[in-house]
Amino acid sequence: MVADAQDPALAAVAGTAGAPPRELRAFWLAFIENRGALIGLAVVLIIVLLAILADVIAPYPPNEQFRDAVKAPPLWADGGTWRFILGTDGLGRDMLSRLIHGARVSLFIGLSVMSVSFVLGVVAGLTAAFSSDAIDVVITRLMDLIMAVPSLVLAILIVAVLGPSLTNTIVAVTIVYLPRYVRLVRASALAELGKEYVLAAQVAGVGRLRLMFSTVLPNCLAPLIVQAALGVSDAILEAAALGFLGLGAQPPISEWGTMLADAREFIRSNPWLVTLPGLAILVTVVSINLAGDGLRDALDPKMRRS
Amino acid sequence: MLKYLLRRAALTVPTFFALMFLTFIAIRLVPGDPVEVRVGERGISAERLAYFRHELGLDQPVWKQFLDYVWQLLHGDFGTSLVTNEKVLTEFLTLFPATIELATCAMLLATLFGIPAGALAAVKRGSPYDQVLMGLSVTGYSMPIFWWGLLLIMFVAERWGLTPVSGRIDLIKYYFDPVTGFMLIDAWLSGQKGAVLDAARHLVLPAIVLGTVPLAVIARMTRSSMLEVLGEDYVRTARAKGLAPWRVIGLHALRNAMIPVVTVIGLSVGALMAGAVLTETIFSWPGVGKWLIEGIARRDYPSLQGGVMLVSSLVILVNLIVDVLYGVINPRIRHGR
Repeated sequence: MVADAQDPALAAVAGTAGAPPRELRAFWLAFIENRGALIGLAVVLIIVLLAILADVIAPYPPNEQFRDAVKAPPLWADGGTWRFILGTDGLGRDMLSRLIHGARVSLFIGLSVMSVSFVLGVVAGLTAAFSSDAIDVVITRLMDLIMAVPSLVLAILIVAVLGPSLTNTIVAVTIVYLPRYVRLVRASALAELGKEYVLAAQVAGVGRLRLMFSTVLPNCLAPLIVQAALGVSDAILEAAALGFLGLGAQPPISEWGTMLADAREFIRSNPWLVTLPGLAILVTVVSINLAGDGLRDALDPKMRRS
Repeated sequence: MLKYLLRRAALTVPTFFALMFLTFIAIRLVPGDPVEVRVGERGISAERLAYFRHELGLDQPVWKQFLDYVWQLLHGDFGTSLVTNEKVLTEFLTLFPATIELATCAMLLATLFGIPAGALAAVKRGSPYDQVLMGLSVTGYSMPIFWWGLLLIMFVAERWGLTPVSGRIDLIKYYFDPVTGFMLIDAWLSGQKGAVLDAARHLVLPAIVLGTVPLAVIARMTRSSMLEVLGEDYVRTARAKGLAPWRVIGLHALRNAMIPVVTVIGLSVGALMAGAVLTETIFSWPGVGKWLIEGIARRDYPSLQGGVMLVSSLVILVNLIVDVLYGVINPRIRHGR
């Protein structure tokens, strides 16, 4: 009976699991209206495919060294060959293969950070919204504290404590971005709490956990999904910055930021070694952001910017 | 009003204490012994080791160390660098003007170009100009600025030779004692011919790099805020009165559209400090961002601890000021709470 009462509200979350086909279709039509978002989504899908199929597509293993072809130029430059389409780095490793495998590393970081902070953010945000003042204040203050320290400085501090590695990069970036999710969930949940369907559910005797996760949460999802999509690109950028500072993924992992740091010494002699990894980061982040913007516009006309 | 101000200020006190606790714990957890950093890798006698540990207060119980730390912080003592043996606060204050100079120029650049560009895009909504600008804006705020900096060094500085690669001024040609710590002003005060120009040439690339993300954000923000305002009744009224279009846009619309934009500018101090870490590292700009990174590399924990504490306190304070000012401009917020 209670489930029936909240159905219309559930249906309002277009495009999420369980939404009727008509809603999904409306969402999709609104999404493809935006050409930038469509291009972004297409590029993201290509990058995802490259990452999944890296072992098949990449011409060589990412860490195989070709001693006879150290710093080979890319195809279009003087002396470029088909053997190494994008050339090789300072240790004679094929750039194309490393970049393709780098997509795997970057997407892995982005998705891990996003999923962990999404789950933790939902739990902490809902807890804050539903608990007594004391717990709410503790959670809110803690998030304020994290946000007071500049993102990269905090990430650097965390990595300095834990030691630089791929896993610790994910931990650090997750902590840095957690407050955004917590605050968003808390604010949307608080806005929902005053509404009648919540009161109806409470009157019907729904338990607190059910009220939190199955009555209120679905109605907070739209902005959260947008935040999650854009959060992936932020995480990729932040992790690449840590890698560039030598505090992220450690060599020989082919992370784009780390590759860029390795290439710095060749900035004069072999400019493409610097150009390519950065371009990979930029293209990935731009596409995710374009798709995320489209997602926001399609999911919630109220948040529409243009 | 005073009550509101005091309330907002009081709210930051627990944050400050939590921050002290956080930096204290974090630095204690860092692997490696600070004494070893001080004396080097060579072994020393047990007495010397005990002496150094006592001098750094490491022989005290942890809670005592924390209380001492808070006591010192409240007295403005942010510790002493293990590497240079200087007071952390002194080092910070010496380097900070370089960061302020860079950040101010970056923000000026971002505001001066971002606001008109965004406003124009809103007015010419849907035009090719609007589309190109929004495309550039997405690229701008997606930019890995460490790479952007390297690209600019590669082309503008190395290939075309238009600007120097790093530093704040040509130290071989110009030498003068710092007065304000702001190179542009010091160069001007020194009266040496060409010094100001040289300082400006050193500043231009780092400012562009640090200003790129704020520029993109401000342009986007101005555009969307402007679009909202352009649909308001008072803008229609102004148009109907027959005012010149530039008056309607410049005076009536833009001024109201600026409120959210100004907030965004004020609240971007944290992001600016994060960006400064990368920008200063790339351009060897002797500011606090580069200093923090070097603190990690040299395992200079007191510097790192004090540095994080100082930078974060600054961000908290600026956010507080922005918040309060916002309350002053917009009474609805002040009374809402």
